[in-house]
Amino acid sequence: MSVGRFINCAAIKAAYVSSFRQTFHGAAISAVRYKSTTPQSEDPLGMKIIGGPRSFINKLEFLEPKLEDAIPIYRVYDTEGKILDGTQDPKLSEDVLHQMYHSMIMLNTMDEVMYSAQRQGRISFYMTNYGEEASHIGSAAALDNRDLVFGQYREAGVLVWRGFTLDEFMDQCYANVNDPAAGKQMPVHYGSRDLNFVTISSPLATQMPQASGAAYALKRTHPGLCVICYFGEGAASEGDAHAAFNFAATLDAPCLFFCRNNGYAISTPAHEQYRGDGIAARGSGYGMITIRIDGNDVLAVYNATKKARQIAIEESRPVLIEAMTYRVGHHSTSDDSTAYRAKKEIEEWTSGDNPINRFKFYLINERQCWDEERDKALAAECKKQVLKAFTASEKRKKPSPSLLFTDVYDDLPPNLVKQRQEMVDHLGKYSKHYPLDDHEPV
Amino acid sequence: MATHNLTRVVTGLAKKNLPACLLKRTSINSFVVTKRHATHFKFYPDPPPIDCGPTEKMNLFQSLTSAMDISLSSDPTTLVFGEDVAFGGVFRCTVDLKEKYGQDRVFNTPLCEQGIAGFAIGAAVAGSTVVAEMQFADYIFPAFDQIVNEAAKYRYRSGGLFECGKLTIRSPCGVVGHGGLYHSQTPEAHFAHAAGLKIVIPRSPIQAKGLLLACVRDDNPCLFFEPKILYRAAEEDVPVGDYTLPLGKAEVVRLGHDVTMIGYGTQVHVLKEVAEMAHDELGISCEVIDLVTITPWDEEAVCKSAAKTGRVIVSHESSLTGGFAAEIASTIQKECFLNLEAPVERVCGYDTPFPHILEPYFIPDKWRCFEAVKNVTNY
Repeated sequence: MSVGRFINCAAIKAAYVSSFRQTFHGAAISAVRYKSTTPQSEDPLGMKIIGGPRSFINKLEFLEPKLEDAIPIYRVYDTEGKILDGTQDPKLSEDVLHQMYHSMIMLNTMDEVMYSAQRQGRISFYMTNYGEEASHIGSAAALDNRDLVFGQYREAGVLVWRGFTLDEFMDQCYANVNDPAAGKQMPVHYGSRDLNFVTISSPLATQMPQASGAAYALKRTHPGLCVICYFGEGAASEGDAHAAFNFAATLDAPCLFFCRNNGYAISTPAHEQYRGDGIAARGSGYGMITIRIDGNDVLAVYNATKKARQIAIEESRPVLIEAMTYRVGHHSTSDDSTAYRAKKEIEEWTSGDNPINRFKFYLINERQCWDEERDKALAAECKKQVLKAFTASEKRKKPSPSLLFTDVYDDLPPNLVKQRQEMVDHLGKYSKHYPLDDHEPV
Repeated sequence: MATHNLTRVVTGLAKKNLPACLLKRTSINSFVVTKRHATHFKFYPDPPPIDCGPTEKMNLFQSLTSAMDISLSSDPTTLVFGEDVAFGGVFRCTVDLKEKYGQDRVFNTPLCEQGIAGFAIGAAVAGSTVVAEMQFADYIFPAFDQIVNEAAKYRYRSGGLFECGKLTIRSPCGVVGHGGLYHSQTPEAHFAHAAGLKIVIPRSPIQAKGLLLACVRDDNPCLFFEPKILYRAAEEDVPVGDYTLPLGKAEVVRLGHDVTMIGYGTQVHVLKEVAEMAHDELGISCEVIDLVTITPWDEEAVCKSAAKTGRVIVSHESSLTGGFAAEIASTIQKECFLNLEAPVERVCGYDTPFPHILEPYFIPDKWRCFEAVKNVTNY
């Protein structure tokens, strides 16, 4: 049994579409914090075994997960941007709305240019965020910019929102001298201390228990802040995900676990990733407050994240958010997804449930604060800025080869001093065989 | 001092005072008492360091508690956690710390080593000083990815924007007499290959306290492996105050000029005894070096000694192939080639998992090391 992810399966898709429920604030939280109020004397064994009172039944009954019991998906506006329940519209200011939309377009434009750059051999690798713009921007906008972010690799929109510049994005992708990590990682492995975005690493889900621990630490040193941890539905299969949920829950860590369920882990569709009701169904098993949301609905993402943040901080506990979305692009530049999914499926999502268009329609029709003319101008302006940064970034030198040895430790131990000298001596003799002209001096 | 199996026959009432594990019935009224092998080493206590203030008799686990106590009291961000640490720990290393510092700072985690490591890394990245325990070094492997792919690489991959230098993972390791495959390992070689980590193995309570405090305060993620057989067996006059010992520095624990013997942890005591035997029975003067830090290791001190004596033995409990002695031997033969009078000898566990009842035959005991001294001086 799985949640609405079958390719071209109309029946399941219909079920997905029809099961929305608009809830917010108090109404949404039906799971009670599992801390028993039963005095020890009334059920001492229960307290020891399961930490709470026990009830008994005399019928032999197994619990069976049923498709119709799938957790419904919270959404605020429909695929045409039309508000479904007025009480759910957070009525954000035009400035905020414009900033959100601008971020989504900028992200999308940067993705297009950088993807092409890789195809042209100008950068080695790239991952786009197509289809997930609403998840990034909606959640980022609901946080405090001091909340620490642990990402997986497809959350560039969070950085866009927080102010990571186009130069910074591209300098990392081009691995040039301006990259604070001296080009040590593959493209899209961004990080920013100033923006409280922990540097991305390639292994999946490793950031998750780290987020739990960081939240625990920050609870003690910076009360009033939380941690948000982004991960995909594929990464949620890793042992680290289980560890993260269990630790955050048992140790009362104010961590938001934001699952981007985009339907695919490279070529593996979600229905091959799990048999249960997605990731959200796991939350209660850990004692976590959980919600499933429409990840392509900026306002749903915003509302849920904002509320989740409040719960996490006020009650010192983790919250699980599963954002249902769709990975429109390929997994990366090393992937051609038409090898495992129909082009038609991609087109259906792009036209039928497009996060950028849905938000645009909301702005135009519900808030009357946007129009097609401004839209065209924004697209042109974004393209111009992106190309300008791109051209400049491409021209910059690569870091000095000596930086190979920095930051292994806080200082250079004797073995690395020796090895660095060996490398320098080698380059002195064989310089013409290395692209030293592209780099700052050794 | 190792003693051989002692057996004697006891009858009737006499057996009542003996623990059941030592008794084997041979007839209706007779029992044979078998005493298991005593330890394979003799512990050589050190005098306390000068200028470190008043001392107190402490065994290894008590000296570790003292180190953690000092870290918790001097650094308000310090957290101590792992499986079962709250009640004092399965080896009593964290006794009374929860009572003294509170459950938010000294606490149990769920049973999940990858979670302990990941959680610890995150807490360190967020600015807390973290002392995380892996209950046995044999169980550290679920955390291998977090330690090798994350902790070791955090600073490098972010250009120093983020790092987990405040992380120390401590774990009981080593031969204990009856540990078998899964309560005897010292995994230093597996982790030595991950640049960015520091790995430290103390030989004694005085060393352990100073080194643990040094690891805790070092700005790099550290693995601290504690030879569990020394927890009770090793007792010294340990300074009660705050002191650290340097990381990355080997220590010559016995001066000599004929043979260099290098080891760490419990094996240092085995080598010290071998040095006495070599002196008494062969007239050979052995220099014994405690490596102390596995990575980054003190090449200079080791090569200085190797160049002086020309004859080297490296010995560790862990298996031979791919063990850390291979790294040391390789460097010595490169740096001291012309000074060597004999090939570098390695006396290590065999290339098998750790056996239980066959442990005495597996470990690099004093007789195998003694034989190596003969080999290296008779080349």
